[in-house]
Amino acid sequence: MSREGRRQTVGFGVLLLATIVVVVPVVFIVGMIVAKGWSALSLDFLFTMPTEGMKAGGIFPALVGTILLVGVAVLFSMPIGVMAAIYLSEYAKDNLLTRLINLAIINLAGVSSVVYGLFGLSLFVVFLKFGVSIISGALTLGIMTLPVIITTTREALRTVPRSYREVSFSLGASRWQTVRHSVLPSAVPGILTGAILSIGRIAGETAPILFTVAAFYLPRLPHGLSDQAMALPYHLYIISTQIPGIPENIRYGTALVLIGFVLVLNISATIIRARYRKRK
Amino acid sequence: MTAEAAAPKIEIRDLTVAYGRETALRSLSLDILPNEILSIIGPSNSGKTSFLRALNRMNDLEPRIRTTGTIRLDGADIRRGIAAEDLRKRVGMIFALPNPLPLSIFENVVYGPRRSGVRDKKILAGLVERSLRSSFLWDEVKDRLQSSAFKLSGGQQQRLCIARTLALGPEVILYDEPCSGLDPISTAKVEESMTELRKSQTIVLVTNNTKQAARVGTRTAFFLSGEMVEIGPTGKMFTAPDDKRTEDYIVGRFG
Repeated sequence: MSREGRRQTVGFGVLLLATIVVVVPVVFIVGMIVAKGWSALSLDFLFTMPTEGMKAGGIFPALVGTILLVGVAVLFSMPIGVMAAIYLSEYAKDNLLTRLINLAIINLAGVSSVVYGLFGLSLFVVFLKFGVSIISGALTLGIMTLPVIITTTREALRTVPRSYREVSFSLGASRWQTVRHSVLPSAVPGILTGAILSIGRIAGETAPILFTVAAFYLPRLPHGLSDQAMALPYHLYIISTQIPGIPENIRYGTALVLIGFVLVLNISATIIRARYRKRK
Repeated sequence: MTAEAAAPKIEIRDLTVAYGRETALRSLSLDILPNEILSIIGPSNSGKTSFLRALNRMNDLEPRIRTTGTIRLDGADIRRGIAAEDLRKRVGMIFALPNPLPLSIFENVVYGPRRSGVRDKKILAGLVERSLRSSFLWDEVKDRLQSSAFKLSGGQQQRLCIARTLALGPEVILYDEPCSGLDPISTAKVEESMTELRKSQTIVLVTNNTKQAARVGTRTAFFLSGEMVEIGPTGKMFTAPDDKRTEDYIVGRFG
């Protein structure tokens, strides 16, 4: 083998190794969760209340709590985030204010989640008197996803070819008509994908809901948005660290449901994107 | 020529276009006459496209571009007297590369009219047929108006773009090197439609192809480094230009 050939083989080997290093932990984690949690999974586990101080029974209220939380969070953050992204990428001039806003968005994305939790506690729970409630928690999560939604939406808008805008303007369309009829239709799949992926991210967050919504043990469904609720990640934290003697398969079963939930969201994002692409 | 006596369709005075510090077009004054085909020739970076895009204020969309001087359309200042959207409906533009929107053939043609609030299906359908006939595309697509514009060939797409502009009912049409990506047969069809449209419209054609200017232009202007070197009837420009540089360019000594 020539020297070039040997070098190439070594190079490929290193790259392959790096890829394996990335994949192995994921496979290991998922494998472990599935192996240890699979036996707990059943319709009963998903749709009944926890009993005996969470040592038995299901996780229904936590599942419902998480779905409500991310649902309300996205209902709040998606319109605001998408509108802000449209403003920033289609309307705003490149000036000091825009740059400050961009900087703020980047920083917002880097703030640690427990800080969002504290912020939600002081603004929604205490100052606005929403109390420890689903609405407080959802708004906190919503604010946390805003930078993600804004960034992915801007990315989606940026991939729309310049010529679509130019043609639209040249045909006498106003700026809003151009955005509405020429730019947005092509950006929708990207925007939706970003929104769904951001749901996946917040579904597993614990710190932001810790002070704003999460109930330690509430074996009933929430009565409304101003009620407290259990949530999957917090429930998992409690049964894994706060209460001794919880059967292992219940703990891993809960984790399995949580990653399953995120997986379903990610798959649906992929399907939506593929559908739209085909339609074009 | 009798056209010389008519009032100019577009009056350009002292037009300067600059990209930041670079001047693309310097102090240009020129009258565009009704129903002429004015071809603009010149090497790249001569200011042809900057000139064209000043006429429908496409330059104004780019914040870096500074435009000074006045342009009057039928006597009205296009930067003060007319809203940019209304101006662009009266002064349509065809781009160098065919650029259909990701819509059906039908929806591409009615994009402009829909934005002006035309809803009536019969009116829209009539508009589609008339526009596509004028751009010599109707016979090829009349049975598949609902299929995607992306399925058309490059030449068909460019004729679709022409139809889309015609659907606005423009008084002036600006062509920015419309045949640069087209085969000779498609080019011939585009040129044929231009000659036909001249009866009702005024046409400004920027082209890199001097032969095209010679074929379709009634008048020809030669741009070089941001200035207009010479303008005159096409026949004279190609046989006895006044300026040595025009002659050099036309016979292909540079550019």
